[in-house]
Amino acid sequence: MPPPTDPPTREAQALNLDAALQLLDQSGHRLPDLREAGKAVWLQAVIDGLCELSSRDPLTGLANRRHFELMLAGEVDRVARAGEPALVLMIDIDHFKKVNDAHGHPAGDEVLKHVAHTLQDCIRPMDTVARFGGEEFAMILPNCPPSFAQAVAERIRIRIQSMTIPISPGETVRVTVSLGGAFAPQWVRSSALLWVERADQQLYRAKTEGRNRACLEQPAVSLVSPEEKGLLFGTSQFQDFA
Amino acid sequence: MSTPSAAGRILAVTSGKGGVGKTFVSANLAAALAERGERVLVLDADLGLANLDVVLNLSPTVTLHDVFTGKATLEQAIVPAPGGFSVLLAGSGLVEYSRLTPQVRDQLAEVILQLTPRFDRILLDTGAGISDVVLHAVSLADEVLVIVTPEPTSMTDAYATIKVLATLQKRRHIRLIVNQVSSAGEGRTIRNQLQLVVDRFVAPQLKAEGDPVPLMLELAGEIPIDPLVREAVSKRSLLLAIAPGAPAAKAINAAAARIAG
Repeated sequence: MPPPTDPPTREAQALNLDAALQLLDQSGHRLPDLREAGKAVWLQAVIDGLCELSSRDPLTGLANRRHFELMLAGEVDRVARAGEPALVLMIDIDHFKKVNDAHGHPAGDEVLKHVAHTLQDCIRPMDTVARFGGEEFAMILPNCPPSFAQAVAERIRIRIQSMTIPISPGETVRVTVSLGGAFAPQWVRSSALLWVERADQQLYRAKTEGRNRACLEQPAVSLVSPEEKGLLFGTSQFQDFA
Repeated sequence: MSTPSAAGRILAVTSGKGGVGKTFVSANLAAALAERGERVLVLDADLGLANLDVVLNLSPTVTLHDVFTGKATLEQAIVPAPGGFSVLLAGSGLVEYSRLTPQVRDQLAEVILQLTPRFDRILLDTGAGISDVVLHAVSLADEVLVIVTPEPTSMTDAYATIKVLATLQKRRHIRLIVNQVSSAGEGRTIRNQLQLVVDRFVAPQLKAEGDPVPLMLELAGEIPIDPLVREAVSKRSLLLAIAPGAPAAKAINAAAARIAG
């Protein structure tokens, strides 16, 4: 392992940052010049770098499960009072073991990276996509109206299905994903655990119904049609109701 | 469906949207009913976001959660509130129950069964929205009171709630309190507007299902926008206690009289 580009001063060395700096260097994290930036700024950059590292999945570069759970807890608090619809999607690569068995683990890693990249490509800046574990990914989509949810999930499914993944020179594979989704109960403080569990149940349903499909929990709310809304607000306040 | 009980009138207080003053109305309505001589209990059935204790400035040590988990008796969990009524709080430990398990369902029904002989009136302050917890809490009640404000989101959500209560629970009589009205008569207008949409869209659906009994919305009261409400809330006091002569307090008393019959 080469030494960090900016050799730490005596004070910084007293903190014993060798392991931390090695990790940052290995992950390609650039630190500001210690002498130019000053000790405080440089140390903050070290800490920020470590935080960043501890919230990322090293293989895919996505948020890891730790970061996902942090974001999810925040979202639970937010939607409970705001009442806006928020969706969690659990996404699992179908028959991933077969890829590993047939082409080896490096090929499996390529598949994970490509799927991760495509998922990242499918979301809005406000959304979070994470590698949840193994071949399972998870997404938080704040402010996602229930009427859009199926289309959003389908778009992801189709994007993955139509992707050709190069695993070695001249060799490609294709994979599909199953998706399960659940909305946070509006106006009710759910727990992050329950929310993911409900999305997981839908993922299980997608798997048992034949994979390469998206199953979403139906929100219990009965929707008010545009016609009903029109009548509720469209008519004059001073209309004669007799 | 609820089983009407002779011993206690159970009134579920609900709303479509949160933040319409549901807990404020529950607490002050309870005080108004207590003032009329009723033995009143407010059961905070907002299992997810219980905040009756905040509104009433109570620091309960024993909650419904403790009763459910066998840590305390029901007796210990019933606490007196300022305003001459009793409260039974859900407790934040019930967070996990945001999804209704059959066990909680049974426990809640059992608790209400035990409470009915002891009170003239039980107000179930439910969570906002139409979650299964809210629907279950409402199903345990003899009557439903929906709190709505003139705000469009609130009206839409109130309408959605009314629709669900009519179709899933076969409710045919739903009371309304219109909170935060800016002019006298606005509550009546909103009630009429909701009734109009119900008659046009919900009634035919009920009829098609072989149930031609009309759904009636009854205006139980309108509460005007009143700066004293804000003051009471910020002091964590009952409006009826700190400003009994305030327009909003008078409106709540009038609603209590109508509900008491």
